Amino acid sequence: MSRNTPEYIRKRAGEGAAPRKGIRAVGFLGRLPAYRKHPASLAAALATHLGAAVTVLVLGFLIVYILAKGIPNLKPEMFSPTYTSDNQSMLPAILNTCTMTLLSLLAAVPFGIGSAVYLAEYAPKGSGLVRLVRMTTETLQGIPSIVYGLFGKLLFSDALHFGYSMLSGGLTMAIMILPLIMRTTEEALLCVPDMYREGSFGLGAGRLRTVMRIVLPTAVPGILSGIILAIGRIVGETAALMYTSGTVAQAAGLFDSGSTLALHMYKQASEGLYTRQAYATSVVLLALVLVINFVSGRIARWITKGRQTHDQQV
Amino acid sequence: MERNVKALAIREKEMEAVFLIAACTSVFCVALICVFLFANGLPAIREIGPLKFLTGTTWKPGADIYGIFPMIVGSIYVTGGALVMGVPVALLTAIYLAFFCPARLYRVVKPAIELLAGIPSVVYGFFGIVVLVPAVRALGEAWNGKGNSMLTASVLLAIMILPTVIGVVEPALRAVPGSYYEGALALGATHERSVYTAVVPAARSGILAGIVLGIGRAMGETMAVIMVAGNQPRMPKGIFEGVRTLTGNVVIEMGYAAGLHREALIATGVVLFVFILLINLAFTALKRGKDA
Repeated sequence: MSRNTPEYIRKRAGEGAAPRKGIRAVGFLGRLPAYRKHPASLAAALATHLGAAVTVLVLGFLIVYILAKGIPNLKPEMFSPTYTSDNQSMLPAILNTCTMTLLSLLAAVPFGIGSAVYLAEYAPKGSGLVRLVRMTTETLQGIPSIVYGLFGKLLFSDALHFGYSMLSGGLTMAIMILPLIMRTTEEALLCVPDMYREGSFGLGAGRLRTVMRIVLPTAVPGILSGIILAIGRIVGETAALMYTSGTVAQAAGLFDSGSTLALHMYKQASEGLYTRQAYATSVVLLALVLVINFVSGRIARWITKGRQTHDQQV
Repeated sequence: MERNVKALAIREKEMEAVFLIAACTSVFCVALICVFLFANGLPAIREIGPLKFLTGTTWKPGADIYGIFPMIVGSIYVTGGALVMGVPVALLTAIYLAFFCPARLYRVVKPAIELLAGIPSVVYGFFGIVVLVPAVRALGEAWNGKGNSMLTASVLLAIMILPTVIGVVEPALRAVPGSYYEGALALGATHERSVYTAVVPAARSGILAGIVLGIGRAMGETMAVIMVAGNQPRMPKGIFEGVRTLTGNVVIEMGYAAGLHREALIATGVVLFVFILLINLAFTALKRGKDA
């Protein structure tokens, strides 16, 4: 692992997972006799194990419960091409989710990548603008989705007269995922070894050509991992879309209102009439999000692995 | 040749400008969000009266009475409850992952917890409706309690912030130099004592940062909370009674509100926004403290 691999990538790849030998040379059972003299230590050890067990059990129970209750409720009619209140089809919602993802990415990715390229490749170190961009990006990342929803409604639905539409929702989501794409792209760019740039400059390429032909292509997996993570966010989002894209259950065009899968599920769950269907929808939603995040994590891990072997060769 | 070089140089400059403009997007977005929220929310606050709006205990849009104090208190209670239950578990889990977990188990548990951070809030909310609400209802029967209550919302949020807090605290614990642990061990302390009295205190700014991030998440969470909290817009009466949060207030009434009512809801969003900005500021400050 190169020393300048950003912490974020390392964290997601599970680097640093290797235990320090000294700590775990003697296992819990091996230490048991020693605890007789140190009851407080035994209590601390037990509490720690208990805490971890609670986390794993609670989160594990949640997943298993949803899957166990939902999979038997998955019926073929829930995937019929049009929605009726009888069949509670989620196919239109799935289509809308794809549209929404596409729209948001189209709007956010160029800006996100462009911004990251400027920060990583062009900006003078420690300039005021860079600090400002970092600060605002962090701010954007902390804003709760309902505030995005409110803002999206005010700007896109009302002020720009897009109404409740996929366009309003997509643009709102674009702003929401922008910081995510920016950060992952910037970190991926910083991961590209400097000698690639030096080599390119040495062959007479300008900065632009170096960025476009050498740096960006090398950073593609990292960028991809960020984009996939962003897709996960879009698929799971509800609060920001409720008053921007609206909640009509139909396969929607750009200027129509349409609910995504998460919103569809919210309606089913909160109305109380379609609990069985809500179980089924939640399985699909959960599976989608978990697979998406898993793939993103895998890509991030794969980059760091590749980097490792590369470093060893050098 | 000469012209070619010139054209290239111009193109370089052009593209640099393009990237620079892209870099300003986030600044532009934050400015836009601030302008739109404040421009739409502040007039209502002025019309209602800042003091009446923030400290009024009655929310009756039908009678044009807009006091959001119950929702502010509700948000704080629910978040506080989530912290009381979630933070100890999250800290213990982070400590376990960093110092107790066998390497083979770690390779499974760690990515699993990271994965769980991505579960959509509607799924958590649904889980709350079908599992937690009946459980709390049974628990609160003796006190004439309800299932959709402050306690339910707190428990659900406690579960939701676990992955977030663990994700910040565990790296902070690992970042403490090994010499702290080894030094304590060499002085005769047990493994647990070394971890809890030498390493954990040294990571306190990272731990605090994790907690603050958890506060932000809990306070900003919307859908999961409204699905289980009952959402009555009155002063919270007990942990087995319904409660409405700031986020819930916006989502529940935004659909049909008009006029001053609508502006009051936007103003509620502004108050939430300001709360979150303050929390983020604290988080950034704490993170800086850790780096220094």
